[in-house]
Amino acid sequence: MTNSSTTNEGMEPKGLMKVITASSVGTLIEWYDFYIYGAMAVIIAKQFFPQDNPTAAFLAALATFAAGFVVRPFGALVFGRIGDIIGRKYTFLLTLLLMGGSTFAIGLVPGYAKIGMWAPVLILLLRFVQGLALGGEYGGAATYVAEHSPKGRRGYFTSYIQTTATLGFFLSLGIILLTRRSVGIEAFNDWGWRIPFIVSIFLIAISVYIRLKMAESPLFAKIKKEGKISTNPLKESFAHKANLKMVLLALFAAVMGQGVVWYTGQFYAQTFMERTLSIEFEQVRYLLCFAILLATPFFLVFGAWSDKIGRKTIMLAGMFLAIVTYFPIYKTMYSLADPKAKTEIADRSSVSTAVTVNAAGDSTLTTTTVKAFTDGCSSKMVKKEVKLADKSKPAPKAETTKTFWLSSSGFWFMMFLVFIQIIYVTMVYGPIAAFLVELFPTRIRYTSMSLPYHIGNGIFGGLTPFIATRLFDASKTTENPGGDPYIGLWYPILIAGVCFVIGLLYLPSKNDEDVSD
Amino acid sequence: MNSLKRLSGFVWIALGAIVIYLLFNQAGKEIAEAAAGKRPLLDTQMFWYIIIPIFLPIIIGLLLFGWFAWKGEYDVIARDSEHLT
Repeated sequence: MTNSSTTNEGMEPKGLMKVITASSVGTLIEWYDFYIYGAMAVIIAKQFFPQDNPTAAFLAALATFAAGFVVRPFGALVFGRIGDIIGRKYTFLLTLLLMGGSTFAIGLVPGYAKIGMWAPVLILLLRFVQGLALGGEYGGAATYVAEHSPKGRRGYFTSYIQTTATLGFFLSLGIILLTRRSVGIEAFNDWGWRIPFIVSIFLIAISVYIRLKMAESPLFAKIKKEGKISTNPLKESFAHKANLKMVLLALFAAVMGQGVVWYTGQFYAQTFMERTLSIEFEQVRYLLCFAILLATPFFLVFGAWSDKIGRKTIMLAGMFLAIVTYFPIYKTMYSLADPKAKTEIADRSSVSTAVTVNAAGDSTLTTTTVKAFTDGCSSKMVKKEVKLADKSKPAPKAETTKTFWLSSSGFWFMMFLVFIQIIYVTMVYGPIAAFLVELFPTRIRYTSMSLPYHIGNGIFGGLTPFIATRLFDASKTTENPGGDPYIGLWYPILIAGVCFVIGLLYLPSKNDEDVSD
Repeated sequence: MNSLKRLSGFVWIALGAIVIYLLFNQAGKEIAEAAAGKRPLLDTQMFWYIIIPIFLPIIIGLLLFGWFAWKGEYDVIARDSEHLT
């Protein structure tokens, strides 16, 4: 057992690294499980949610929203309460099992073609379980590591937990790319997408084995021994004004802004590159993988630095930099993949057409336009127009898909721009676990810190790509059919702006060193 | 500094009230447009039926935060459990 050498001053470094590894591996796997669904949402939608069935489409949207935004705060309440009553260790062991089991099960659910409406219903239920489990996991892991950490180094040690979300995202991208390459695109879309879900069971088994060997948090064990455990952490956290006002402070002065900066840097950047700039699928993922890998060590840098100069300074600096630089960054990203700003090489560009006719006599005209540019970029536009044999029926709308390939220098410059955004993520997210742990007392810490964390990240952050894309779509008018590509940035900028001002005014500048109270 | 904290409490209350107004106003406008066939009905309804129940409690939280700030509850930030629970 690991807590034999534990005191209120923290553990011996060797034992502490074991605690960090055991907590981080499990949390990383939970993030991996959560992200693979999002990364393969389009394929999953085709397998389980046929778009011609409105009920299935409704369930699809719910599955996406439910786990990401709505269920996570409920998971925080349910598992936070258990964690404050029974203990940190068993609670986040339970969340790990729930997450692993539901992810594995998603990989086994037969498609809509085989079991009809049961398919989307089962996926929705499993997605609910995933969201609940994630809602309970993070607070437990962060609390567990923080309660083992020595004074003056809590920011550094908890920042290992902070790397797990980004590394989980990286792992999900890596395993998806590897599987896609191994089985081929067609087989991947057909059945290969199940592999990343099924693989999860092995990762979870390793993590459960490691976590079973861990001991309870020393601070929790101490208050349990002294009989000071909260009997109703939910009531204590949210019905007592003194604590409720701290929950509100955590949400509006820190986590709300941190959430939007995080989701803009990692996820809206991806949506922007794929949907607005139409950059090719694999290029976007490779670019993100490089940016994440290079930026991840900075979680530790800023976590450790926050022990010296204060959590507030670093988190607010990250928010401020994001607010003032998002527009120039996204304008530069746009210019790197804007065909209108490039010179076309006429003799390397081509237009080809093909006509296919199906059994019903409907014909499809496919026009493929390939363009090469002097800076090494290229693009492909495929337009499909269907002419129905039955002239009395209205012809379906023409479908156009665009793909843009960045040049080698463009790829690296784009990677650098995403890297800068992830640096902001490391600034706001690196110190946040230590900040939240220090804000609340041991007896209700798990419950109190989990709720604002999951509202800030799950709702404010998680909705960023969705709201930003919706603002972009709404900006498309008949006068400007291309829309305003930057309008979506107002959402994270305004939220982070309000959070920055509140944080500047109300957050204490000095860290609270004593978390044993 | 404490007077600034208290005065800006009013700003957060006002901000919460404005956001509630904008939220319902925009939802009403878009759902009416969808009903008239100017927007996709299911997508529009689903968006607002999800957004409003999610954000309304959070905005109420912002109003409460503003109220606490106005009343001087954040003049001193408690750092030990005796003052928190």
